[in-house]
Amino acid sequence: MMKDVAFGQYYPTKSYVHNLDPRLKIVFLIAYIVAIFLAKNFYGLACCFVVLALSIGFSRVPVLRVFKAIKGILFLIVFTTLLNLLFYNGETVYAEWWIFTITKEGILFSVFLVIRLVLLITCSSLLTYTTTPVALTDGIESLLFPLTLIRFPVRELAQIMSIALRYIPILMDETERIMNAQKARGANFETGGLVSRVKAVIPVLIPLLLSSFRRAEELGDAMEARCYTGGRKRTKYKKLRFTWRDLLAFFAGAALITGVVLLNVYLGAMI
Amino acid sequence: MKAIEFENVSFSYEEGGAFAIKNLNFSVEEGEFVAILGHNGSGKSTLARLTNGLLEADGGIIRVFGEQLTDKNLFDIRKQVGIVFQNPDNQTVASIVEDDIAFGAENIALPREEIGRRIDFALKAVGMEEFRHATVSRLSGGQKQRIAIAGVLAVMPKVLILDESTAMLDPKGRREIIDVVTRLNREQGITVLLITHFMEEALRATRAIVMNRGEIVMQGTPDDIFERHEELLTYNLTLPLIGRICKELRAGGMPVQDTLDASSLAKEIAACVSKQSI
Repeated sequence: MMKDVAFGQYYPTKSYVHNLDPRLKIVFLIAYIVAIFLAKNFYGLACCFVVLALSIGFSRVPVLRVFKAIKGILFLIVFTTLLNLLFYNGETVYAEWWIFTITKEGILFSVFLVIRLVLLITCSSLLTYTTTPVALTDGIESLLFPLTLIRFPVRELAQIMSIALRYIPILMDETERIMNAQKARGANFETGGLVSRVKAVIPVLIPLLLSSFRRAEELGDAMEARCYTGGRKRTKYKKLRFTWRDLLAFFAGAALITGVVLLNVYLGAMI
Repeated sequence: MKAIEFENVSFSYEEGGAFAIKNLNFSVEEGEFVAILGHNGSGKSTLARLTNGLLEADGGIIRVFGEQLTDKNLFDIRKQVGIVFQNPDNQTVASIVEDDIAFGAENIALPREEIGRRIDFALKAVGMEEFRHATVSRLSGGQKQRIAIAGVLAVMPKVLILDESTAMLDPKGRREIIDVVTRLNREQGITVLLITHFMEEALRATRAIVMNRGEIVMQGTPDDIFERHEELLTYNLTLPLIGRICKELRAGGMPVQDTLDASSLAKEIAACVSKQSI
């Protein structure tokens, strides 16, 4: 469908997961994260893993590409694993040196944590791989809709998000243009210490900020000229609709949480 | 019926400052195609913003289809007067073409089905039907500006003002926009106010107005205006290329008439050349 919305992480293809209602994908992701953290033994995590593997399969996004998202938090994973591995207080001690102790429980917990983090990141990135930013915004708007009851300006917020999305590519182009202009005058962005690099960014940021203000003003005029009044009642052209496919995915999410909780109860917590 | 009427309208950006618009009197008939010419700072953009209440006049009366513009009827006036601005990037609010066109129609609280029909109509009017689901940022400048026009058309205004809407486009994009606007004027009967400093663009208009320092200094058909080229120069406006060619030809000894039509100039040159060769 919207094959062109390719900035961000969106992986354009046609699949069951791509076609799901964005609201449902968001709710499913939340349910999934809850399930990951409710799981107290490896059976529960195995369940979560199977569900994720199936989702990736149905989404037709290349597996390698999905796992590439982990690269971003690799440092975090290694760091927390090391901490847990070396400092976890357990009963079965394997090795001890200075303030570090490696225990059986520590190893198990570290492995557990790594699996949790990896599942968490892969599942979240699967959402952004299969949902366009525009659809995500629509989904968030629709999910937040009950907040209008307490006078929270949901539609205005959605408008802001939608405009922000529209201006990301424009401002990226502009940044590049300004950087090139500064480079042409001898600015250096690539070398030097932290301080000089930060200093080099300032002559880029200021023109960018100024031009953003100018754009905002012009956009405001253009919106007003098209009868935008903010508070007044507007209608909406695009409406999200639930289908049987969405219902199916909803039950899958509910089943996952129930399953994990049951596994905890019957097989006992490992950690 | 008069679509737009200005009566002694004045406006200055700073209180006590220089007038951007000074005691302006003019009117546009429904269905007219008027070009407003002037160099930078002549007040032509201010005029556009005054017409739909983006700016409030310091003095004088502005009427749109006989109704006087006040604080209270701004919304209704804006439904009738649409403005397309200069920078296409600063006019689109959504990432997807159809979402952006829907924006204005959503603002005037139309039902969903009607918005769908308006999008069809607007895209067809600017000849961009196949781009309905495209991403705005991937389009060319001329295409983006056509989408901006479509976004304004979705509100179905009776008057369309183009405020230097071609200034940032390449020649191809400029021609696209002028073609679209001319067609809208002829086929849909939309009143067009084309504000520009490109003299060539004024050729399609039924009437041209030249502004200088907030006042109207010349008025007439584009041909009339272009014949007074010495006067145009004093307002920092230069003739379209074809007009300058006529002038140079005459200076070079070829007795051609002033014209802005390429084919009639070609015929005249051919006639002169064949006369000489005999």
